[in-house]
Amino acid sequence: MAKKNSKEIVISIDGKKINTQEGKNLVKAAEENGIFIPSLCYYEHIDPPLGTCRVCTCTIDGYDGPACTQKVRDGMKVEVQTKKLRDTRSAIVEMMFSEGNHFCPGCEKSGDCDLQHMGYEMGVSRSRFPHLFKDRLIDFNPKRMVIEHNRCVKCHRCVEEVLTDDGKRVFSFANRGNQTEVAIDYEQEARLTDDQALNAMSICPTGAILVKGAVMTPLPFGDRKFDMTSEQKGFYEPSGKDSKKAAKKGKKKTIATISLAGCFGCHMSLLDIDLGLLDIIEVVEFNKSPLNDIKEFTKQCDIGLVEGGCCNSENVEVLQEFRKKCDILVSFGECAIWGGLPAMRNTIPLEECLEEAYLNGMTSEPGEYIVPYNRELPKILDKVYPNNEIVKVDYFIPGCPPDANHIWKVVQNLLFNEDYSVLYSEFKYD
Amino acid sequence: MAKRKSGKFRDRVELLDCLWAYQSKHGYIKDNHVKQCSEDFGISEVEIEGVISFYHFFMRQPGGKFTIYLNNSIVSEFKGFERIKQAFERETGASFGSVDPGRQFGLFETACIGLSDYEPAALINFHPFINLTTLKVKEIVSQLKKGKRPADICDDIPNNIRLQPPKEGAIFFRDYKPGSIVPLLSQMKPEAVIEEVKRSMLRGMGGALFPTGLKWASCAAEGEKKKYIVCNADEGEPGTFKDRVLMTSMPALLLEGMIIAGYAVGSDEGVIYLRAEYFWMKKQLEKTIKQFYKMGLLGTDITGIKGFNFDLRIQMGAGAYVCGEETALLNSMEGKRGEPRTKQFFPTEKGFLDKPTVVNNVETFCAAARVVELGSDHFLSIGTASSPGTKLLSVSGDCHKPGIYEVAWGTKVSRVLKEAEAENPNFVQVSGPSGSCISAKEFKRSIEKDDLPCGGSFMIFNDKRDILTIMKNYTNFFKEESCGFCTPCRAGNFIIQRKLEKIGKGLAYPSDYDDIREWGEVMKMTSRCGLGKAATNSLNQALEKFPKYFDGLVDHHKEGLNKEFDLESAVQEYEKFKS
Ligand SMILES: Cc1cc2nc3c(=O)[nH]c(=O)nc-3n(C[C@H](O)[C@H](O)[C@H](O)COP(=O)(O)O)c2cc1C
Ligand code: SF4
Ligand code: SF4
Ligand code: SF4
Ligand code: FES
Repeated sequence: MAKKNSKEIVISIDGKKINTQEGKNLVKAAEENGIFIPSLCYYEHIDPPLGTCRVCTCTIDGYDGPACTQKVRDGMKVEVQTKKLRDTRSAIVEMMFSEGNHFCPGCEKSGDCDLQHMGYEMGVSRSRFPHLFKDRLIDFNPKRMVIEHNRCVKCHRCVEEVLTDDGKRVFSFANRGNQTEVAIDYEQEARLTDDQALNAMSICPTGAILVKGAVMTPLPFGDRKFDMTSEQKGFYEPSGKDSKKAAKKGKKKTIATISLAGCFGCHMSLLDIDLGLLDIIEVVEFNKSPLNDIKEFTKQCDIGLVEGGCCNSENVEVLQEFRKKCDILVSFGECAIWGGLPAMRNTIPLEECLEEAYLNGMTSEPGEYIVPYNRELPKILDKVYPNNEIVKVDYFIPGCPPDANHIWKVVQNLLFNEDYSVLYSEFKYD
Repeated sequence: MAKRKSGKFRDRVELLDCLWAYQSKHGYIKDNHVKQCSEDFGISEVEIEGVISFYHFFMRQPGGKFTIYLNNSIVSEFKGFERIKQAFERETGASFGSVDPGRQFGLFETACIGLSDYEPAALINFHPFINLTTLKVKEIVSQLKKGKRPADICDDIPNNIRLQPPKEGAIFFRDYKPGSIVPLLSQMKPEAVIEEVKRSMLRGMGGALFPTGLKWASCAAEGEKKKYIVCNADEGEPGTFKDRVLMTSMPALLLEGMIIAGYAVGSDEGVIYLRAEYFWMKKQLEKTIKQFYKMGLLGTDITGIKGFNFDLRIQMGAGAYVCGEETALLNSMEGKRGEPRTKQFFPTEKGFLDKPTVVNNVETFCAAARVVELGSDHFLSIGTASSPGTKLLSVSGDCHKPGIYEVAWGTKVSRVLKEAEAENPNFVQVSGPSGSCISAKEFKRSIEKDDLPCGGSFMIFNDKRDILTIMKNYTNFFKEESCGFCTPCRAGNFIIQRKLEKIGKGLAYPSDYDDIREWGEVMKMTSRCGLGKAATNSLNQALEKFPKYFDGLVDHHKEGLNKEFDLESAVQEYEKFKS
């Protein structure tokens, strides 16, 4: 940490000269000067800095590396906002989403989660990496805490910071490689004071550490920590800007929509633009869609909006038909993008899921029920597939459900090449 | 860290030794041992468990009376790994990854064990068994069942030195009288030693090629009283075994190099960090250390130089490739998980226990001893202007003469291939999976700093070897050996592995190769240490150098319907419920 009377120096960030004090952490020095360098594992008073997440990767004096492990020195040249660095940093955030099992709408930390926040700041609308869906434990054994391994990003904060009064560690990393996980010492955990336990929950950047009975009082949307304003000036969701594949120019455009393995929540959101819908009707017409109950395609459409992923054979067939009948295919909502809530089953074998649901459930008498199987019924897939694993998908609109404005802004952009910017507050995963 | 009430707790530095002691005595580390460690060292049990689970030779469950580790490196894979694996399973009744019901035999895979010139090879209770065949496996297992001890029936490991330069051109493999070099120090000031090493242009032989003289000078310049000399004998890069041969053929030369380093930088304590795979050579090293004490080459006032004291000990590792990375190695020596540190300080500033530390490779120390013996002029007369001296290559794979080759820097790949009698070589992996992949077109390139830097591994593959198989083996290695500390390496290697599986199934498109390239670049840019940064090197080079081969593996007619989605197989699980 910078001493009080340390030397005044000048560094440059993306060409901008900044006065600061020698030895200060680079992320901090930038922040004090209104420049945002994304960071996740960085925690101001942990020294040496953890440097585990790599979300803060910048180019510093010609070398690529994390900003959070750098102390500023006179004349330091830092690049933050190059195209390549921006893309690289989002890749890291995407990797974290793919590695863990993040079902934001069901998460206690949603809205206050640093991982989510980084995704928003970087405009991550989907992960370029396949989700790994590794089965992970939710550990209810500790006396006071619940450890949700699905959400841990292995930042190491808890390992460094959560200590008992006599200095014993409560957390440690265990295993290595892709098996690495955070482990908790039940004995030491039980010795923590209430405040220490709450502190553990609050330093965890994600929803991986929860304290029983003290889960954050759910705040209404809009009031949570990361809901409304970006730390960056002029936040845009980038993908729409450089949309290469815009629909053919013409008069009235046609849209088709469908809900596959979704909850119709995305369709409800679609209707949420209220009177705006009347304007839309002026310029577009709907073909096959649950909104107008047209069951079959009657012509080739400009855009297909798909809600939900594929959990059964019928979903797959419908999706393939959409691909053929729509020039541009858009996955809207988390379920369509990577599986979403229905994909919670992906970490468990199908057999176990079905048996639990139909045979061993609390309300089922032994021997009385069977798992439904009938020629008339669609067949259930081994896991829930994101649409882009089955057909090519052109655009992705995140959210569970996506904000109505976000959806229409994207559609208008695609159909009429209209410039648009999605506001930070409209870009959400829950 | 626990606040230590003076002397109440054991020193954390002893933790790995302590765990080894429990494991050797009981075959595995039991719950009460963890508890005991926790009390003795004053750290929580979870932290002890964290250390144990980091190292793959530590076991929390019985590993059998005979614990067998079969090497699964790519050289082994091509020399019959699968066959030998099955033979062990047949003969012992255990299956890999577990112990037989009678708890006699435990079978496990492990990464390269430094015996690539004798593959397939295995360690049984850490004793080496080489050139395995099904018949040999049968014999070994039956002997063990009859009550023979692995120590009695294991193989002697010949040094296998295949190529020595003509007399004056040699640096390592030439006449040597143990203990003859350190006495020369009485004629040299420490600064003069450093000057000589600088002048020789000696560079680190562990792979990074950092100038050794510079490293020593910066450590010497540190004001601290306590400093350490650490020998990196972790030799984990698959295909490397030159440190093994140096340590078995001239252990004294290594010790002299370390003592010289101690003299040069002002350190009085050295540690050899020896990988657990080399347990079998520990005795000989210890014997040499003892002799050195007797000869007055270790201890106090060495060779009569007043105040020149130096002690040396061996620290055993416990199975983790990443511990070859110098800062991970230091953490491991401190009894911690072998996670690399942030690069805020050089080890020469803050190393072992935060004291200035020189970490050098085995070969580097040996070469440094020769610099003092032969003089830097001798060095400069060999090799090229920018890379003077010689280099030890560990040659393995598809050739008739695997073994150690001492070659002048600047030697061409083709020359090595010829000497090794390689048959139809199609590609050479220089410097191991983290190094460079060289196609037949490039065999004219030379091994030197400015062309093909090399840490020692030289694996030859002939034209029948499937490149994807090789790449899958590498990726699996990195996935297993990543320390898991940073996101891009922990998750990235896993993700790349899945991608390669997809390609292997014939389900990939050309765009999948673009993904690999881009994702590899992300890992390279953002990983915390060399492991993650280098993990996709070979794969990306292979994509570039064997375009035809990779082109043949993908589907070019994509119609927007992903071929990889196979509805029939996706509903197979459900079909079980058909009544
Ligand atoms: C993943 C990784 C593994 C390494 N393994 C070894 C090793 O087994 N032996 C070694 O000498 N150096 C190894 N190194 C290089 C060391 O970090 C370090 O550069 C070397 O020990 C310095 O000694 P030198 O200058 O004498 O080569 C490794 C580096 C990395 C990044
Ligand atoms: S809110 Fe954060 S921790 Fe919770 S599921 Fe979403 S990304 Fe994961
Ligand atoms: S539990 Fe939370 S604080 Fe601990 S490593 Fe995981 S994400 Fe970080
Ligand atoms: S690059 Fe890999 S081995 Fe190195 S620190 Fe990161 S996870 Fe560990
Ligand atoms: S914030 Fe810099 S590495 Fe995590």
